[in-house]
Amino acid sequence: MSWFSKVKKPLEAITSRDKIPEGIWKKCDECKAIIYGQELDNNFQVCPKCGHHHRLSARERIRLLIDEGTFQEKDGELAPNDPLKFRDSKKYKDRIAESKKKTGLNESAISGSGLMCNRPVEIAVLDFDFIGGTLGSVAGEKITRTIERSIRSRHPAIIVSSSGGARMQEGIFSLMQMAKTSSALGELDELKIPFISLLAHPVTGGVSASFAMLGDVIIAEPKALIGFAGPRVIEETIREQLPEGFQRSEFMMDHGFVDMVVPRLELKETMAKLLDHMCGAIACLLPLESKEDSTDSAKSGA
Amino acid sequence: MKQSVIEFERPIAELESKLEELTELARRDKVDFSSEISNIKRKVKKMRRDIFLNLAPLQRAQLARHPMRPHTLDYIDHMTTDFLEMRGDRLFGNDKSIVGGFCNLESRTVMIIGQQKGRDTKENLARNFGMANPEGYRKAQRLMKLAEKFNRPIITLIDTKGAFPGKGAEERGQAEAIARSLLEMSRLTVPVVCVVIGEGGSGGALAIGVGNRVLMMEYSVYSVISPEGCAAILWKSADKAPEAAKALRMTAPDLLEFGIVDEVVKEPLGGAHKDFKAAASILRRALRRNLDELARMSPQELVRQRRKKFRKMGSFV
Ligand SMILES: [Zn+2]
Repeated sequence: MSWFSKVKKPLEAITSRDKIPEGIWKKCDECKAIIYGQELDNNFQVCPKCGHHHRLSARERIRLLIDEGTFQEKDGELAPNDPLKFRDSKKYKDRIAESKKKTGLNESAISGSGLMCNRPVEIAVLDFDFIGGTLGSVAGEKITRTIERSIRSRHPAIIVSSSGGARMQEGIFSLMQMAKTSSALGELDELKIPFISLLAHPVTGGVSASFAMLGDVIIAEPKALIGFAGPRVIEETIREQLPEGFQRSEFMMDHGFVDMVVPRLELKETMAKLLDHMCGAIACLLPLESKEDSTDSAKSGA
Repeated sequence: MKQSVIEFERPIAELESKLEELTELARRDKVDFSSEISNIKRKVKKMRRDIFLNLAPLQRAQLARHPMRPHTLDYIDHMTTDFLEMRGDRLFGNDKSIVGGFCNLESRTVMIIGQQKGRDTKENLARNFGMANPEGYRKAQRLMKLAEKFNRPIITLIDTKGAFPGKGAEERGQAEAIARSLLEMSRLTVPVVCVVIGEGGSGGALAIGVGNRVLMMEYSVYSVISPEGCAAILWKSADKAPEAAKALRMTAPDLLEFGIVDEVVKEPLGGAHKDFKAAASILRRALRRNLDELARMSPQELVRQRRKKFRKMGSFV
């Protein structure tokens, strides 16, 4: 489908808006265009008019990246408990219950095995709608088990981050997930199994400061906020306003912390190619010389 | 030396200054106040014990960041000999909020690395209040690898509010620096003992905290976020810091109970700031004991033990 045909539809559809029930139409956060919700869904929440990337749920992310019908969820039964019996203005338990209801997920991470353009991968995805995609014990455990599955199966690991960082309500247990996941990645690294880290808006705090920044290749979606401290905290610290685009994907790429910024709809193909480059079946171990030799001999033989 | 005093220390401080006055008076006027003096001394001791036995979590956090508390260089001074500071990350600069270098701890050469806070404004500005930039963490990584190369154990002293949330820090990859630190520490082939000596603030603390053993000084705290920061976010009011401090379970006994730290190192009565020498000597003995135990492990065992230790952390059903 061309870019133009994607644009046309929502614009002409506006006229009949009042006849359609609520929730079918969505407004683009960026260009404010009114878009038919189904079309936004079909486009994985990328605005067909301006290309803005809206938040994508973890389930949809898996639909985007993993071949249809091949995803096998793992560790879906893991659920948070409340080690600190934490309570602020709300009980932590109630916050979890609300997020469960809102997202239909058990926790902020979904993990499993599947095929990416026919290549077997182990994958974990954070969902920002579940308490800000925060890294609690369950997400930390699921990510670590994903890495461990990679270690056993020798299949590449893919982790998709979209998170505000550590989960305060789990206190020190949450902080330690940073060490747990990073340590597992150290082992993966030693075994030379590829790890692609994909960053979707936003990735900050304890998630950016652990597995998200440790990819062999780090890919970011356009304009995602990526950093350790949030912009508000930085502005309060330095008492000045941050420039436009600060900590965004493109900025992070310019500063050397992200390999490439890739639009959502091109992610799967790009990642599959990267996997081939890192661990594809094509023999690239032959020295160039002998390759030339064989061509030469083939020629002379002909 | 004029010491700054936390709110809950005030009654003790007042009694102590009364004691000083009385002693001075007795000396000057040659009057015998000895019974009053010993009476007050007893009172001070009792008051200190009572107050310190019943510290609220936020009070412990305040104690952990007490400006008079011994900092990394104080411990290095009192525990070790022949410390030679090594500087710079070989990439960008030398971050003074993290110090490190080889030294001798009893009969061993060790690499010691720690966050360094200042005591007054001038020193704090130079040390950036103990909040490291990426180059600080990269220096720490460099020194750890240096220690590994020459088969020397590593001691880290944790004392930071957190990694510095500045503009340059972000431009130079604060997140990457911390993440890389976690990964590299997890696979060091030499013994690593980490000690939270004051404030263990979030990822900036953990970045030098992946050890075979993790110890906490009695009045130190270790948390995913400061009580003030947590109160501002979850309670939407900084006044709720006492509640947040309680809810976060950030004190040394809490973390020992959770199995996150291996040992709580006793401090002299009234806190380490009352007696640097005593505090340092207790810590030195604890470090020695832990290093003795770890010295029996092979490089592979050290890596395996450290990985397993952090692998187990988490609480879920
Ligand atoms: Zn748009």
